[in-house]
Amino acid sequence: MILAFRLLVLLLLAFVIMPAAVAIVAAFEPRPIIAFPPQGFSWRWFERALNYEDFRIGFAHSVFVAAIASTISIVIGSMAAYAMDRYSFRGKATLEALLLAPLAIPHFTIGLGALILAAQIGQSRGWPVVILAHVVLVLPFVLRSLYVSLKNIDPRLEQAALSLGAKPGRVIWTVTLPALAPGLAGGWLFAAILSFNEFTASLFVTSQRTQTLPVAMYNYVREYADPSMAAISALYILLTTILLVIANRFLGLGRILGTEDGRH
Amino acid sequence: MRRPFLGWFISPAALVAAGFLLAMAAVLQYAFLAFIPGELQPGGFTFQNFREMMKPLYAGVFYDTVKLCFLTAVLALLAGYPLALALVRARNPYVKSAILIISVTPLFLGEVIRTYAWIIVLGNRGFVNGTLMALGVIDAPIPLLFTRLGVVVALVHVTLPVVVIMLAAAIAHIDRDLERAAAALGAKPMRVFVTVTLPLSMPGIIAGLTTGFAWTFSAFATPQLIGGGRVNMVSNLVYSLGFSSFNFPFAAALSVAGLVLTAVALAGFRLLLRPLHKVGLS
Repeated sequence: MILAFRLLVLLLLAFVIMPAAVAIVAAFEPRPIIAFPPQGFSWRWFERALNYEDFRIGFAHSVFVAAIASTISIVIGSMAAYAMDRYSFRGKATLEALLLAPLAIPHFTIGLGALILAAQIGQSRGWPVVILAHVVLVLPFVLRSLYVSLKNIDPRLEQAALSLGAKPGRVIWTVTLPALAPGLAGGWLFAAILSFNEFTASLFVTSQRTQTLPVAMYNYVREYADPSMAAISALYILLTTILLVIANRFLGLGRILGTEDGRH
Repeated sequence: MRRPFLGWFISPAALVAAGFLLAMAAVLQYAFLAFIPGELQPGGFTFQNFREMMKPLYAGVFYDTVKLCFLTAVLALLAGYPLALALVRARNPYVKSAILIISVTPLFLGEVIRTYAWIIVLGNRGFVNGTLMALGVIDAPIPLLFTRLGVVVALVHVTLPVVVIMLAAAIAHIDRDLERAAAALGAKPMRVFVTVTLPLSMPGIIAGLTTGFAWTFSAFATPQLIGGGRVNMVSNLVYSLGFSSFNFPFAAALSVAGLVLTAVALAGFRLLLRPLHKVGLS
């Protein structure tokens, strides 16, 4: 029974890993086609992918958008999460519902909305629309991970500081914020990875001038069939896995995602 | 009650919420405007977009999409449950981390890379066909790419991580003393699972099913690239109407109908599964 279950889990894990593993192997094919089994070993597609203009520009754009969108999200999200966790105020439930709603709405609908909105206010597809769309999409994840971190702060620390005469601003700055630091770092990394990978909404709101890496890759797959795309996928898979292992090691991915076993 | 800095803390978030609300309002507004061919500016108020949607061509895509989403959500649930159980219950911390990283990484890879990887797996000279032909099992490649089967398999793979997270969060909340009590009273492991663990994870199953459905509905690159035009979902229709025909009013109307449809389907799931949910809580 236990053995059968373990075997089943192993098979399922293999199913999850298989496409990524296949893409990595295909990247080393020397011929300009995707074929299995590969005939030989070559780095040429990595070279081509790293030198391909659209990928280079797309990468720079993605880093730019992810850095700005995740930083805005973490600043806005931490203030909002603090207010919603500690205070009660009119319209709180509405505000929270609106901020979490993008989780349940298809990315293509959000992308279409941002595009139409931009056209209505006379802003053609520039950076502000792209960044707004990313902030809207990433904020729910930031809020969720910050709620968890806020709940884990011992309220007595803040009470002690208050009772010793510190002003509220000083308590937040010298007690709450440092205690929240790991949560902020985790939420920021989480937001940056999600924004860096966002595709569908970006496809709607970016133009040739602002296209991000996932959009550039999508366009490449539609045009060409050589293994350059497999090479860039392999790099992407490697980078994301390393970032997640780091996030898990230092911040506890299970805690952020809420999959940790509470009671034993 | 003192609420220092309340206004400062919530105004930026309120501004983002307002931006989101305005974008959604823009979609709703466009859905009721007339499309003038050759013009980017829409015309006056009309119900024409929604009447157009009743045509078999479009109604068929909706029907197809709902079927694909439901099938994908159920399959992802079946595949996700053992993974979630193993993730929560693994005793060895390294095994636990490995399962977590493996099942969650695809979530962060984005749809394009995962879909591309599936093209390599399913293609005529791809992993499956290449391996089977090299082993001499088949002589000619089996068509997998541009088929429904291929789209469903890839969609399940894309949807699996969220479903695992939803299930694991629910399984993690189960009080294990209840399982121990059942075992102490003589129930075999399988019976403990079926009569205690499974019913108690019902909230996660409902959350997994609904999130899986909504997540699949949101998929765009997977049906677009793996379906290759032969399998179309609402997302593909919205995109092609917007960017090939520049018919943004109709694209907006399809989006609105899609939202209503998802909301109805999700409410339906919850209603249907409610009796089971109660079993889980009692």
